[in-house]
Amino acid sequence: MKREFIKGNEAIVKGALLAGCTHYFGYPITPSSEIIHLVAKLFPKVNACYIQAESEVAAINMCYGASSAGRRVLTASSSPGISLKQEGVSYLAGSELPCVIIDVQRAGPGLGNIWPEQGDYNQVVKGGGHGNYKCPVLAPNSPQEMCDLTIDAFELADKYRTPVYVLTDAYVGQVMEPVTFPSTIQKGERKDWAVYGDKNSSNNLISSIKMNTVEMEKMNILLQEKYEVIEKNEVKYAEYLVDDAEYIVVSYGITSRIVYSAIDTLRAKGLKVGMLRPITLFPYPKKRVAELAKRVKGFCSIELSNGQMVDDVRLAVNGKVPVEFYGRLGGAIPEQDEIANKIEEFYLKA
Amino acid sequence: MGKIVGKPKGFADNFVRKPGSYPKVTHYCPGCGHGRIHKLIAEALETLDVVDKTVFVSPVGCSVFGYYYFDCGNIQAAHGRAPAVATGTARSNPESMVISYQGDGDLGAIGMAEIMHAANRGENMTVIFVNNGIYGMTGGQMAPTTLDKQVTSTTPYGRDISETGAPLKMSELISTLDAPVYVERVAVSDAKNIMKTKRAINKALQSQKDKKGFSFVEVLSTCPIGWKLSPSDAIDRLQSQMETYFPLKVFKDDTETRSPKRLASALPKDEDIINILGVNDETVLFKKDEGFIKNFKDQRVRVAGFGGQGVLMAGVTLAQLGMETGLNVTWLPSYGPEMRGGTANCHVVISNKPVGTPLVELPNVLIAMNSPSLDEFLPIVEKGGLVVVNSSIVTKKIERTDVKAVYVPMTDIAESLGLRAASNMVAVTAYLAFTGVMKLDQLKKMLEVGFKKKDLLAKNMEVIDKAYEYVKINCL
Ligand SMILES: Cc1ncc(C[n+]2csc(CCOP(=O)(O)OP(=O)(O)O)c2C)c(N)n1
Ligand code: SF4
Repeated sequence: MKREFIKGNEAIVKGALLAGCTHYFGYPITPSSEIIHLVAKLFPKVNACYIQAESEVAAINMCYGASSAGRRVLTASSSPGISLKQEGVSYLAGSELPCVIIDVQRAGPGLGNIWPEQGDYNQVVKGGGHGNYKCPVLAPNSPQEMCDLTIDAFELADKYRTPVYVLTDAYVGQVMEPVTFPSTIQKGERKDWAVYGDKNSSNNLISSIKMNTVEMEKMNILLQEKYEVIEKNEVKYAEYLVDDAEYIVVSYGITSRIVYSAIDTLRAKGLKVGMLRPITLFPYPKKRVAELAKRVKGFCSIELSNGQMVDDVRLAVNGKVPVEFYGRLGGAIPEQDEIANKIEEFYLKA
Repeated sequence: MGKIVGKPKGFADNFVRKPGSYPKVTHYCPGCGHGRIHKLIAEALETLDVVDKTVFVSPVGCSVFGYYYFDCGNIQAAHGRAPAVATGTARSNPESMVISYQGDGDLGAIGMAEIMHAANRGENMTVIFVNNGIYGMTGGQMAPTTLDKQVTSTTPYGRDISETGAPLKMSELISTLDAPVYVERVAVSDAKNIMKTKRAINKALQSQKDKKGFSFVEVLSTCPIGWKLSPSDAIDRLQSQMETYFPLKVFKDDTETRSPKRLASALPKDEDIINILGVNDETVLFKKDEGFIKNFKDQRVRVAGFGGQGVLMAGVTLAQLGMETGLNVTWLPSYGPEMRGGTANCHVVISNKPVGTPLVELPNVLIAMNSPSLDEFLPIVEKGGLVVVNSSIVTKKIERTDVKAVYVPMTDIAESLGLRAASNMVAVTAYLAFTGVMKLDQLKKMLEVGFKKKDLLAKNMEVIDKAYEYVKINCL
């Protein structure tokens, strides 16, 4: 166990090595580049493999190749690069290959800018590429969670044979905080389905193609069944002052950190407000939202987007109480008071 | 459907993965070159005794079902990405034999970046490039290797190379790169050329087995269906037109002279990871002082100045000291283009409670290392807050009367000790000395342990002492 003062992006790299990651393939993009910088420094020193790929497309396909070969693989990028990776992620999901993908979100659309946004929610949480797939998505809000959830992501990826996202943002990537690292190393086991280039695995096939519609439907149904199991077993969330709350704010990532402070302000004024922070965005803490909807006056979702996560809150609340939304766009970060005022307005209306 | 006669070991006995009721015939059209090329590869794998070690990467194209036939590990890749996929595989198990099998659309159009870069890196793999001058699978559209005036379903009036560019000569392109060890173009036209193809494939695979790196075998092949010709007319066209435009030759052969690559298997040892990350380092710098923590007043600090004044580092130092004394801390930098304007600033929160937002919107401490920073951030300092000014650079006095101001000639103090870059250390010292929020001897202890450049450490200690003296005499 060691406590280190470290950037969120760097905590990911250390977490990955501790999770038994042996391969990194990536293409630089701000605000994710500290990841590839530290990988370039550490991986060669410990005999792990790292390639600066020619593009995000190549990087995700290198991941596909190394994952096929049974390795624990990591790639990282930021929003425009994630758009490029989507074809590869669809192939990974279709071929049921584990892989951990980090998205340090920046503002869009287009080139946008390098400030934090949460405008990738839809493309990351809802599938994003073609076909009927979803990926588990973990949403850290501190460097400590950047480490911990990266480790969890590798475990989930192997457990369910699926690509897993860690969805974060420019600020959680850049912020430095104390992180306690575990001093044990996880390991991927030999996978009976992988192609190791040896006799025992020479019958194995990694593929997402089924020409026959019956077979292809069957494979799709199996995927959906897998997602149901994930929904049942892997939901994670955190709560702040929810027990006596009359009103619930939902937010994740850097936004949740500002909301946390805003709630303190509101509580000091006597408003019974609490926060539900999804840690897994897929699977979404639907059940918990629905439970709370039975006893609170209302919800609001606060995001750095045009209202992408609020859809999930609304689905789970199912019309029981009002669900409001407040978002900032383009990399603009709401101030603590701005958020507190909004919540107060919603609370009084509810 | 083409029939494979005389089955080599690399070939499946029955094509059990192939749907339908003809498990002994391939899915290729009569007269298609793919089946023959597959067989040559399978024979080479048997000859070299590497069938079990082989991983065959199928592309998207007519050979998408390569895995029906090759009795080895198989991976099906996205359109054009086979060289990237093969890179990942080859880098995972260097002992394996990785074959990237690709058509001309796959390799020369959509996958141009992946093939050029895999070749340029000299990945230890063999690329079999099947050039039939057309998109077979998708209905006979123009490929990057389609010949001038050739009619295809997307060039119904014949390819016009003044508009579409000339057919790409991939072997020529690849052979301009340094890394590839062996590049040859062959054809499956007549018995002689088929023998040459066999030798080329063998040589490429042997070279990969010897870990010499990247080999590229371009095989001119037939697509009777796409070309709308009978199988025998297709062979005629292959010889009369394809072989004329695409000369059959060895473009590069360094197989004799190239020494084997040293390929790591990328299997980190636990102890190496533990060591490099230092995760079992249990050093605790300071004993937890519960009283100190309990009485600590939140510090919300902005440090700002020119890039190069060590502004970000000053913030890190403060936050780190906070962490070592048992407090909760965050640090958030300005970054990217914002820094390119020549200014930098950071947010630091030090608190005895968990920190919510890391953004310091209402600082109770501002350390202003230059005038623009003071102008920018003074207005947001909390009433009753503290402003520490670098008076070496900022000559004016603060107009606000509702904040405390301390003026310290940070640059001058650092320069007087010959360490201009340490004005940030003066800033940190001045702030701590003036407020007493954390102890200077703890700062020194932390630096002693953490400072990487030991020669600079002594100088920094002098800077701290001198800054402290200055504050004691002039500010307290
Ligand atoms: C991203 C993507 N774009 C387009 C296609 C459709 N497609 C499949 S194969 C192919 C061309 C294949 O031609 P070639 O590589 O020459 O192989 P051949 O079929 O001639 O062996 C195309 C365009 C696809 N599968 N994926
Ligand atoms: S379409 Fe052309 S390349 Fe495809 S199988 Fe038929 S002949 Fe071969």
